[in-house]
Amino acid sequence: MSGANETASPSNDTSGGPLIDAEVVAAVLETALGGGADFAEVFAEDAQRGSVNLDDGRIESLASGRDRGAGIRVVSGESTGFAHTADLTPRGLANAARAAADAARNGADGVTRSIDLDAYRGAGAPVAQRPGEVDKATKVGLLRRAEEVARSADDTITQVSARYADSRRRILVANSDGVFAGDDQTRTLFSVSCVASGDAGLQTGTETVGHSVGFELFDRYDVEELARRAANRALTKLAARPAPSGTLPVVIGPGSGGVLFHEACGHGLEADLVRKGASAFAGRVGEQVASPLVTLIDDGTMGEEWGHYAIDDEGRPAARNVLIEDGILVDYMWDGLRARSEGRPSSGNGRRQSYRHLPMVRMTNTYLAGGDSDPDDIIGSVDHGVYVARLGGGQVNTASGDFVFGMVEAYMITDGKLGAPLREGQLIGNGPKVLQMIEAVGNDFEMGPPGTCGKDGQGVPVGDGVPTLKVAELTIGGTAS
Amino acid sequence: MSGNGNGNGATGGGNGAAGREPSELLALATAIVERAKPNEEIEVACSYGRSTSVRAYGGEVESLTTAENHAIGVRVLVDGREGFASAGTLDDDVVSAMLDEARDNARFAETDPHVGIATPDGVEAVEIDLWRDGVESTPNQRKIELALELERRVNDADPRITGVRVAGYGDSSGAFALASTSGITAATRATSASVSVQALARDGERTQTGYAWDGGREPDDLDLDRVVGRAVSHSVDLLGSSQPKTGTVDLVLDPHLASTVLGLIAGTLTGDRVLKGRSPFVDRVGETVGAPSLTFLDDPTDPSSLGADSHDGEGLACRPVPLVSDGVLDGFLHDSYTGRRSGAGSTGSAVRGTRGLPSPGLHALTVRPGEGTLDELIAGVDHGLLVFSLAGLHSGVNPVSGDFSVGVEGRMIRNGQLAEPVNECTIASTLQRLLLDVRAIGGEVTHLPSGVSTPPVVIGDVALSGAA
Repeated sequence: MSGANETASPSNDTSGGPLIDAEVVAAVLETALGGGADFAEVFAEDAQRGSVNLDDGRIESLASGRDRGAGIRVVSGESTGFAHTADLTPRGLANAARAAADAARNGADGVTRSIDLDAYRGAGAPVAQRPGEVDKATKVGLLRRAEEVARSADDTITQVSARYADSRRRILVANSDGVFAGDDQTRTLFSVSCVASGDAGLQTGTETVGHSVGFELFDRYDVEELARRAANRALTKLAARPAPSGTLPVVIGPGSGGVLFHEACGHGLEADLVRKGASAFAGRVGEQVASPLVTLIDDGTMGEEWGHYAIDDEGRPAARNVLIEDGILVDYMWDGLRARSEGRPSSGNGRRQSYRHLPMVRMTNTYLAGGDSDPDDIIGSVDHGVYVARLGGGQVNTASGDFVFGMVEAYMITDGKLGAPLREGQLIGNGPKVLQMIEAVGNDFEMGPPGTCGKDGQGVPVGDGVPTLKVAELTIGGTAS
Repeated sequence: MSGNGNGNGATGGGNGAAGREPSELLALATAIVERAKPNEEIEVACSYGRSTSVRAYGGEVESLTTAENHAIGVRVLVDGREGFASAGTLDDDVVSAMLDEARDNARFAETDPHVGIATPDGVEAVEIDLWRDGVESTPNQRKIELALELERRVNDADPRITGVRVAGYGDSSGAFALASTSGITAATRATSASVSVQALARDGERTQTGYAWDGGREPDDLDLDRVVGRAVSHSVDLLGSSQPKTGTVDLVLDPHLASTVLGLIAGTLTGDRVLKGRSPFVDRVGETVGAPSLTFLDDPTDPSSLGADSHDGEGLACRPVPLVSDGVLDGFLHDSYTGRRSGAGSTGSAVRGTRGLPSPGLHALTVRPGEGTLDELIAGVDHGLLVFSLAGLHSGVNPVSGDFSVGVEGRMIRNGQLAEPVNECTIASTLQRLLLDVRAIGGEVTHLPSGVSTPPVVIGDVALSGAA
């Protein structure tokens, strides 16, 4: 698996320097300020990605993508102008800078400011094996092995797909405050999905792993084991019965349950929503917003996790931010724009999908700190309820606080013991209420699978994690009465 | 304002040199196709777009974004092996590297005799003009006013409205071209415009929201009255919501919600899902899969649909595709690959972004109307729920097993009358059951920005999960 780089394509890694020269950046910022704006920023990006897809017994396609360009933001009062271009020549950048300045409608009566950029600060986690330098045949081989193992798991496995994907994103952020910094972000992902076919129809099982690392991802995960887990998940569900309908105690297993907090309160703690009165957590800093068992942290510095980076997309270093401590709301998450209006520092949560997007407040790796309870005791404490071993995605209305999330692997709990597997269904709750109903937190913390968080049409990679935990009651969207 | 990347006469590395007109893009695509080696099939898609978006907040312009984009995607096929590469610029160096990368990718894919680019099938494309001058001729100041007006009107509509999370206007104009070694060429241009708003209403402790949007081909198509009315009434009507009792209800879906639910189901009727055993509708052609009153097809040739198009994502002519007639499954949506593999032939249903591979999908789902207005449908329901919004469609719907479970808010219906608002509840069924449980279909078709054209629909006996 290692050293297979004899057919490697040449790396684009020319040096550790910035994507655009300092003099060009300074000139573009001066144009963008246009003599009157409060703030100007250049965000340049060079992103490459590759993927290999296996489906229906065949390597179907390999795809490669390249995207480079710059977005220029000009802030004047409360108004932001933004323009982006794929043209990274000084002329193309200057045109975009003028368009952004016009869009911000800044007055032309100010004094032209010259920009003193800081010394360039490049960053980037070390990558042991650059995915771009690994032979494509090696990647194909991983998918083939996963497929073979999944198909041989059982005769009822009727379809298998698998996907390998990597990305490398190099960014440059410079602004009129002098920030001049870059980052080099590499992510690698592997996923395998199975369909099992039984008397009650088709069922699916998926296993996905992804980290902010290079091809060394496969030093820590065995694709055959991932394939077995995906197959077992689909097979288990062949015997699943309809999920109950109504309100019951719910125990959530370690890892993927992090999506519960991502939806129940994560989004509601994003300062842009808070400031617009669109969060059920607005104005509640210092209050007991959750059970004392809840300590919730958002941590962009968690090396190698899916939501990790060195600097955010506004040039601010990633940080570990305690959001809720022992149930008390400590702080929200902030980006530069919202922090600037409040006269406080950004918390390093300003992110954007690409140079074509404006940054906004986003989560990184959001997790519930581990507790003291034995996971078996938590399950044992439930007479009649549901155990959710694996959660899928979710969605929240931050203003009302109502949120949903999907259970992709779940079991009944009867008299403290796990029972029959359940078909998929959604759970629904109200964030502020659910946070108060966390009755137990286990000592078995795990990070969950990699996720993509969507907000206002922008997707960014995020991680989350939880130990086993118990919610006194949630509404389960099944069909069985 | 549209100044960035303005590259008239530009040369060299910048993408300002690249084309914006359909004919220029087609020339570029054709030039790349001509670089095909004798054993290669090549398909090139490229696009240009110009967009403006405005977000209003607090009576001010929160942000104004202007942008131009190019994109290109190249498929290379050698001996039934497919490779793909794409880029977000038409710079010569990047395009050349991309073609090499697509060729290299093809070496590692595995052969399938059915894989290939589309070949001309003799179907004549309808002429549909998707371009309106209004997007480019409307000054930005007017676009800004639209967003500000939307926010102001929502704020002024009702004293219980406490604010607007965001009011936005967006538009785009652009061109798309496709050429391939099989002789297919297509070049089109299109415009679109939309507005959206999320209203916040409050009484006591709870805030409720109402989201609404409208879309069309140019600013004059947009119906602000309808958007304001919907956002305001949905948020205000939800004040005082409580969790309903668990039970079963008849769901009443207005055209917006009907388009979401029926679009989701019809969107699974694709050749790739069926051929790969990922659909509950495999082997069911000719069987009853829906209520007898239910007929829907994909019809991009209807110019009144906002999903109308002359060509599909592989350059074949779009055509009407029957899917369900009087409750009986007619067939599936195919692109050239699934069409060849199934023997059914492409139905001209390839959908794609320029930067992705084509796959079969819906363009313009059209549901045949029945009778009655939305109010009349509500009046015919004893115990039901008028749906305002659905949550968690991506996490609560499994298109393989058919399991369907989503969050919902709306107003209960009792004896034909709208009653109390409800939230924190879910509705659950399966995609298969939902089609069979269609009870009534209204008479007034709405052409929605999603491309779906549908009347309101009533679906019976859906499980509602709430309080004990």
